[in-house]
Amino acid sequence: MADYEVPKLNGEGVIEIPKIKPDAMAGKGPYIAKPDFQKPLHFPTDFAAEEGGGYTLVPDWKEKALAKMDDLRHRYRSLQLYLDICVKCGACTDKCHYYLGTHDPKNMPVARQDLMRKVYRRYFTFAGKHFPKLVGAVDLTEEVIDDWYNYYHQCSQCRRCSVYCPYGIDTAEVSMAAREILDHIGRGSKYNNEIIGKVFKVGNNLGLPQPALADTLEGLEEDVEAATGIKVRFPLDEEGAEVLLVTPSADFFAEPHVDGLMGYAKVFHEAGISWTLSSYASEGANFGMFIGSYENMRRIALRIREAAIKLKVKRIVFGECGHAWRVAYSFLNTLAGPFDFLDPKYPVPQHILEVTWGLMQEGKLTLDKSKNDDKVLTFHDSCNVARGSRMGDKPGGQFEYPRNVIKAVCNHFVDMPADTIHDATYCCGGGGGLLTDDLMELRIKGAQPRMEALKYVTEQQGVTHMAAICAICKSQFTKVIPYYGFKMEQIVSVHQLVSNALVLTRQVSVQARPDEDDDDEDDGDDDA
Amino acid sequence: MTFVSILYGLLFWAATLVLVVGVGRKIYFYATLPVPLKIPTTPAPVTQSGVVWRMFREVVFFQSLFRANKYTWLFAFMFHMALWLVLLRHTRYFMEIGPFLSFIQPFGKYASFVMLIGLAGLLGRRLLVDRVRYISAPSDFLMLALLIAIGLSGMMMTFVSHTDITMVKGFFRGLMTFDFHPLPASPILLVHLLLVAILMFIFPISKLMHAPGVFLSPTRNQVDNPREKRHISAWALELEQQNKTYLDELKQDEVKHG
Repeated sequence: MADYEVPKLNGEGVIEIPKIKPDAMAGKGPYIAKPDFQKPLHFPTDFAAEEGGGYTLVPDWKEKALAKMDDLRHRYRSLQLYLDICVKCGACTDKCHYYLGTHDPKNMPVARQDLMRKVYRRYFTFAGKHFPKLVGAVDLTEEVIDDWYNYYHQCSQCRRCSVYCPYGIDTAEVSMAAREILDHIGRGSKYNNEIIGKVFKVGNNLGLPQPALADTLEGLEEDVEAATGIKVRFPLDEEGAEVLLVTPSADFFAEPHVDGLMGYAKVFHEAGISWTLSSYASEGANFGMFIGSYENMRRIALRIREAAIKLKVKRIVFGECGHAWRVAYSFLNTLAGPFDFLDPKYPVPQHILEVTWGLMQEGKLTLDKSKNDDKVLTFHDSCNVARGSRMGDKPGGQFEYPRNVIKAVCNHFVDMPADTIHDATYCCGGGGGLLTDDLMELRIKGAQPRMEALKYVTEQQGVTHMAAICAICKSQFTKVIPYYGFKMEQIVSVHQLVSNALVLTRQVSVQARPDEDDDDEDDGDDDA
Repeated sequence: MTFVSILYGLLFWAATLVLVVGVGRKIYFYATLPVPLKIPTTPAPVTQSGVVWRMFREVVFFQSLFRANKYTWLFAFMFHMALWLVLLRHTRYFMEIGPFLSFIQPFGKYASFVMLIGLAGLLGRRLLVDRVRYISAPSDFLMLALLIAIGLSGMMMTFVSHTDITMVKGFFRGLMTFDFHPLPASPILLVHLLLVAILMFIFPISKLMHAPGVFLSPTRNQVDNPREKRHISAWALELEQQNKTYLDELKQDEVKHG
């Protein structure tokens, strides 16, 4: 572990509101995307590396930035309205995990918005044009752009601030717009834009090509067979399957993500639902949202539509991923709909937890809860699921479904303090396109509010494991919690718990390969 | 008829025009801006009537603010609710006093204290809480100062140095029929009215637009039904219909914004 200043936990479950410490997180921000990474995303590439590090801005960057801001405020009512109507009441000032963890006042949601609002006022409002000092309006300078780049990449777009704002002002809308403007003047973030390029080129964030993916899935089939004696299939590009599963590519081999993927496979197997992954759309994540680019987000989303058509599936199901589920639940129908070619009996798309909980309620899964008796669980609500989506028919289903499933497969479950769960949940500290090693200090500090809550239930109620339903949360926590004295194994996937408890009664997969010799199994008579 | 009365008459006609037309134009501007994505802060209502109820709780009880900060909520709630009573009481300058108006007169009268306490509390937070002080521009302090000055000058006339309110009523009812009547020669009244006119002038170009704006906030006014009903904005539909990926690939003769 590299050396970072790690905040001290107070053990009370809820973090203290710190005094402001200006410029505590001043800096250069994450690595800048070079022109090669901007090109596939259709962003300008007429900027270049500078001697001694860094990059120039595009020519006429100021005019271009202002033109883009003007364009966006006419495309998004949210942006225009939120720049205008904030009264600076301060309700949001202590709600951001990055402010709480870093004490930098520019990480207070309203101050983060103000970075853009001050420029907006200067160029687009009467008061700012004529009385800039009075309303705190500023000229757009290179220093301002640097501040934008730094602090708009210290926002995980988790929307916790929008819950508490009396007008629902959503800082995510502003930080997304800021990143979109920055992308148009040569200030894209390498982490996000390189990944989106890989999605366009290869099909997933990890750049895992079809043969490697097929290999990985075969390996998983062998693992599950070795553990259970049953050939549970992990089908890839199988035309005519009922379900297209779209899941974050981290599920293919990161820990504990892959244990979740095994859980999905077992659930489909046991329920006799045929399913497939797509190598073309082998990624649930959609980083187009993080950079505020409707166009790129739509382009990424359309792959899923195309894959669904090509593979002739009847349903689309998403695996455990927070922002992917927001894009899927809230935006997919907008970006890539209408999905009138799918089975109208099912919502489009569905969350894997909706599938699993549905099957549990129908009594179609045999569960042995004692398999998870070595654990006392708590559950981390992922920000995008909690505040940007739903599961089931009723508001708040996104809180109930994961807990219902965990309680169905585990005997010991407790919730963290009320101010840190449901729609008050804290971001893991790595969401919104910040899950990169060049932002490690921010990620450690941003995790502090969640760590306070976890420590509290660990000490007070003997919690041993925290379950999550988001690839980013899982990656972030496994990396960051050791700094706070926890072990990375304490983070589990919800479907990993399902996988542990699920008793497989179906001996042969409904998708068993015809060329496979099933007779070499000792007890497995064909009941399919 | 004094020069001052005519000046104030013209002032209030102009202020009213700016307020009504300015706010109306802004609301029209906001309302016609595209909302390309479904972004309600969830859990959100799944029906339109649910949204009405959510908005009601938000604008009447300041529900979100209540969750955020009890002090800010208390002071803001005191100020806004008292302001309504005070405003209702002031309608007597524009219409005949019926049973309802006479019933609320005393409430409106003493609500002014509540209003001032609320404003003082908000100002105190702005000065004393380091986070709130950090985000405050001079205009944020001036806005509170303006409201406090309006409140104090009004209370002076109610509780200390009475003015001829029958004449005031005559003046404003006259303005409504484009007819000038004199104002009483009271310096406090003139200050009070001038400050109110200033407030009316700046309303459409200031953060006071939060009042109509909250009703148009997508995180609060959208129905949570994206899977059931396809939501698409005009400019996004244009991309779809022209089968293009990026906006700058759209044919030039198309309308730029949806």
